[in-house]
Amino acid sequence: MNVPDNLKYTKEHEWILIEGDIAKVGVTDFAQGELGDVVFVEIETEGETLAFGETFGTIEAVKTVSDLFMPLSGEITEVNSLLEDTPDIVNSDPFGDGWMIKIKISEVGEIDDLLSAEDYKALLS
Amino acid sequence: MKKTVFFDIHKQLGGKLIPFTGYEMPVEFSGVKSEHVGVRNGVGVFDVSHMGEIWVSGSGAEDFIQKITSNDVRKLETGKIQYSCFPNENAGIVDDLLVYKFEQERFLLVVNASNIEKDWNWIVQNNERNVEISNASDEYSQLAVQGPDAIRVLQKLTDTDLSSIAYYSFVVESLAGRKNVIISNTGYTGAGGFEIYMKNEDGPHILTEIMKAGEELNIIPVGLAARDTLRLEMGFCLYGNDINDTTSPLEAGLAWITKLIDGNEFIGKELLLKQKAEGIKRKLVGFVMEERAIPRKDYLITDENGEEIGVVTSGTMSPLTGLGIGMGYVNMQNKNEGTRIFLKIRNKSIPALIVKPPFFKQE
Repeated sequence: MNVPDNLKYTKEHEWILIEGDIAKVGVTDFAQGELGDVVFVEIETEGETLAFGETFGTIEAVKTVSDLFMPLSGEITEVNSLLEDTPDIVNSDPFGDGWMIKIKISEVGEIDDLLSAEDYKALLS
Repeated sequence: MKKTVFFDIHKQLGGKLIPFTGYEMPVEFSGVKSEHVGVRNGVGVFDVSHMGEIWVSGSGAEDFIQKITSNDVRKLETGKIQYSCFPNENAGIVDDLLVYKFEQERFLLVVNASNIEKDWNWIVQNNERNVEISNASDEYSQLAVQGPDAIRVLQKLTDTDLSSIAYYSFVVESLAGRKNVIISNTGYTGAGGFEIYMKNEDGPHILTEIMKAGEELNIIPVGLAARDTLRLEMGFCLYGNDINDTTSPLEAGLAWITKLIDGNEFIGKELLLKQKAEGIKRKLVGFVMEERAIPRKDYLITDENGEEIGVVTSGTMSPLTGLGIGMGYVNMQNKNEGTRIFLKIRNKSIPALIVKPPFFKQE
């Protein structure tokens, strides 16, 4: 199972790349494998400021629909435009081109509550 | 949780197993899409051992089946199969089933896995003349070998000429060296092929031989997920989704197996005759999404003004066309082909067009 060391994780199988005050968010390789073929990623919250744990969008695979949760509080500054026409990049490149949103972090302290790669690997095993 | 006799083979073949109707069943092997396409274009094998098998035999067997099923069993010839349903007293459906006629007074009823107990109780309750019935569900294993190449695979394993078995007919012959295997030209995929019933002890050997015989035709194991997409693409009803205790066979488009003629007296007939005379209030229809969206069970259906007109009973994304397809009940004003309906999907209304299934036609 691919779990890059440089990322943070959540129990909801999202990954977070922290770059200064910006957090880039996607779903993990494990998550995309469980979901199967991703058909839609619907994110209509660009520009909104949402709190930790709130829903920022939905991901729909052939099998099921899942909500996407904010791993950190902040403003959604960007949504990956590739997802609209090629949602399957979540399957093919979950940690790269399949990223979903960028958040301008408002509560820096929340970062400490995220899982490390080690923690996340332990969760999966 | 029960296991079918094929459990170990599923694991070896990489099947992902989930609990389903009391059994651990494979939901997926290589992936829904590749399995779906594999069956449409080649051949695949499904474990459907969870299905129920009930024998009805002896004096009065035919009369009894006539009383409890909607189709006209008097028209069924030995060696042939009839699709039918058990109507209840409220014009609903207890279950849909296949009736196999072995002899003049010997029949096998093949029922849905989820309903075995309910069906058995229903049959017992209505067996006033004490016809001989036995629930053989735990003695039989069943495989569905489906797809245009199914016949080529199975023909290698038997001397009987499979091409002579007409659609909805069956034989009891040897297969892969095992005797008394029921080979039935039926299926739930619309891709052609056979359903095979065997004693549990013969199951693993027969499946292994089928996989070997099919190797050169790239035979694949197929799970429940693709079984659902294949049946839905054909517009076949699934009990628990599209039909249930409260849906009438007339509403469900099953009038063709509901023979309301004189002499075919069965439970619920009076109410169905009344329903036919007064007209039904809703109809099961097929629809195709006009925008990218996957319909799912229980989504509400509205008209263009947002008025609720029905509900989705089954839905998926067609693995062949990539379009969202589904079935659902709508009121009579909106049931016609070409009518535009709207599905409430999360906070949106997505348009769909009513079409007549199948959603796909085998070339």
